[in-house]
Amino acid sequence: MWIIKHRTIFYIFSAILIVASFVSLAIWGLQVGVDFKGGTVIEMTYPAGRPDKAMVESKIAETAQAISLGNYILRPIGDKDYSIKSRQVNESERQQLQAAFSNAGASAELKKINSIGPVIGGEATKKAVVSVILVILCIVLFITFAFRKVSKPVASWKFGLMAIVALAHDVIIPIGAFSILGHYFGYEVDTLFVTALLVILGFSIHDTIVVYDRIRENLKISDMEKDKKEFVTIVGESVRQTFVRSINTSMSTILALVALYFLGAEATRHFSLALIIGIAVGTYSSIFIASALLVTIQKFQDKKTA
Amino acid sequence: MAIMFKRRFWAFILIVLAAAVGYFVYSTNVKDSKYNFKLGLDLNGGTELIYQADTKDVVGGDVTSAMETLRDVIERRVNVFGVSEPVIQVESGERLLVELPGVTNIDEAVKMIGLTPSLEFKLLKKEFENATSSDVMAGKKNDELFDSTGLTGRLLEKSSVEFSGTTGDTAVALQFNSDGAKLFAEITKNNIGRHLAIFLDGDIKSMPVIREEIKGGKASISGGFTGSAGLKEAKTLVNNLNLGALPVPIELISTQTVGASLGNEAVKASMHAGLWAFLIIGIFLIVWYRLPGVLAVIALAIYTAINLALFKLIPVTMTAAGIAGFILSMGMAVDANILIFERTKEELKRGRELGDAIKEGFARAWLSIRDSNISSLITATILFFFSSTPMVKGFALVFGMGVLVSMFSAITATRTLLLAMKHDGAGKVMRFLFSSGISK
Repeated sequence: MWIIKHRTIFYIFSAILIVASFVSLAIWGLQVGVDFKGGTVIEMTYPAGRPDKAMVESKIAETAQAISLGNYILRPIGDKDYSIKSRQVNESERQQLQAAFSNAGASAELKKINSIGPVIGGEATKKAVVSVILVILCIVLFITFAFRKVSKPVASWKFGLMAIVALAHDVIIPIGAFSILGHYFGYEVDTLFVTALLVILGFSIHDTIVVYDRIRENLKISDMEKDKKEFVTIVGESVRQTFVRSINTSMSTILALVALYFLGAEATRHFSLALIIGIAVGTYSSIFIASALLVTIQKFQDKKTA
Repeated sequence: MAIMFKRRFWAFILIVLAAAVGYFVYSTNVKDSKYNFKLGLDLNGGTELIYQADTKDVVGGDVTSAMETLRDVIERRVNVFGVSEPVIQVESGERLLVELPGVTNIDEAVKMIGLTPSLEFKLLKKEFENATSSDVMAGKKNDELFDSTGLTGRLLEKSSVEFSGTTGDTAVALQFNSDGAKLFAEITKNNIGRHLAIFLDGDIKSMPVIREEIKGGKASISGGFTGSAGLKEAKTLVNNLNLGALPVPIELISTQTVGASLGNEAVKASMHAGLWAFLIIGIFLIVWYRLPGVLAVIALAIYTAINLALFKLIPVTMTAAGIAGFILSMGMAVDANILIFERTKEELKRGRELGDAIKEGFARAWLSIRDSNISSLITATILFFFSSTPMVKGFALVFGMGVLVSMFSAITATRTLLLAMKHDGAGKVMRFLFSSGISK
């Protein structure tokens, strides 16, 4: 089947995306939100229209100096809003900063504030890492268990392993994307982003299982028939049979997410973007990479024993 | 024929029930309904504060009850200011979470809670007994000078304003509860001649010498409340003490505030997005799958109604992430249906008759549905227990529920509807209606 036949092309494509992600991470890193780093983010809105940018910047700079704010990031958002991110500030410092916004020429209203202490930030980071590792672990165990009866020509644990490779691929690329988006547009990595990653993991496995399921079924059928088909043919057929269904499921989920991205609340906008990227990549990996990897492993095994 | 009638009857019942559920969801959107949606802070507007309690001085290691008292004290205070439906709960790690819906002025909120006074009685250490001149004391910290006694505001029963008859000065009378009285008696009995300092919010208010054992748990803070200003101060102090003195000192470690207008926007936008998501998915399903697609849309509508009803009945606090989770689950709920349809199509291609094709489609698809939904459930469960914010917890709960309900709705609703559609004729029209998309 053409997808399996040309698997090298798809391997190369994925490799390019992954390398690009790593490069971006190495050069630009990620914009880590206060959820993990600790600090304060204040978002203000100017209902009557935003005053001159230079004015706002100088007023904030003045106040920042007065309260020894240290490093801060001041950023205009959309048409009417401004946000400032800095170390954690106490009540009086916060009031001064808010006042500075209002003194820049137009009155400003508070939209939202997030003030996280370093202890909570550190905990959140730990929890995020642990939960990602746990999810990956559980998924490996689950797949190994679900496919335990398949042992030839590829052992069941290898199914699990290849699924993990596909998963890693599905997680690295959205992170790389957010590294680029973070550098150019200030997109941050916060607890919602980690949540998105976990959902992507769950969804991608969901998709991969359907293909692997089909391969398993076809293997069984082929075993019972007189002329046993080659593994690569079986895999090819399985991919062809499940192709439409994979695309359609992802399609409906992505459609829902697109609606969320364009029409939904601001707070979940980046979240839905991360999900869209992740699910698109996840579907791609389930169809073009996950099964092809099984064939590659089998051919590799054959070469070793030959 | 009888079977067909039974099937169509059940399909009809299903739709009626779903419509009833849908009506319930719709009609309880009125303001005062008990079953209104519970909105989280980021949709309602409001403030969330997290306090860290310093329990190192809790005598006897009874941290749990100290945290409970702290919770009660703060709750009483919050209630005085009439915040509707506040959430105050003890969290692990000796923390207190305070959620104040509708309160967007953090300063007020923090002040409200900050007004709670911290009352402590401490004994001046023996080595400093004779060095009470302020020069010596000034340079040293309280910890070095004083021993904790365990007698704190936690054991206070009530306080009142009293007037010292001769000077006309105001004093604050303290009455400890029975445990407090016992402890007070013990302290005074064993430490006659020593100075007992009364700390209010970390400042020494007075430091009388213990002359005798005091039973009955009565004490008074005098001096420093002179004149009418003093009277006012005493009254405020008594008020605050009676509403509850903090059993342990607390520090604000995190705050989150969402303005009301941002909250409103979020609600409107989320509803909008949800509606459009449903529409887009519906159109896609009908265009691609034709008749089964229509059934899938009905099943999706049933799914939505059930979920929303569950959110109202449990109740689940909806956050922006929670709504995102629901929309996401709508997209994924369709998946089970698609699996069934694709399998059915395959069986049809194999030449099976429509009714059998449907049955086979279900049987084979179920394993796939079960396996692939388990992975989503794993994610939702881990997220739920490891989440550090209510935002994420809300998402995990909604997402997990969505997956479970979607399995149910595919297996029962879609199945019932599909079976009801079986037509004895396997004619071209029916096959067209059941085949799909652009493929052959």
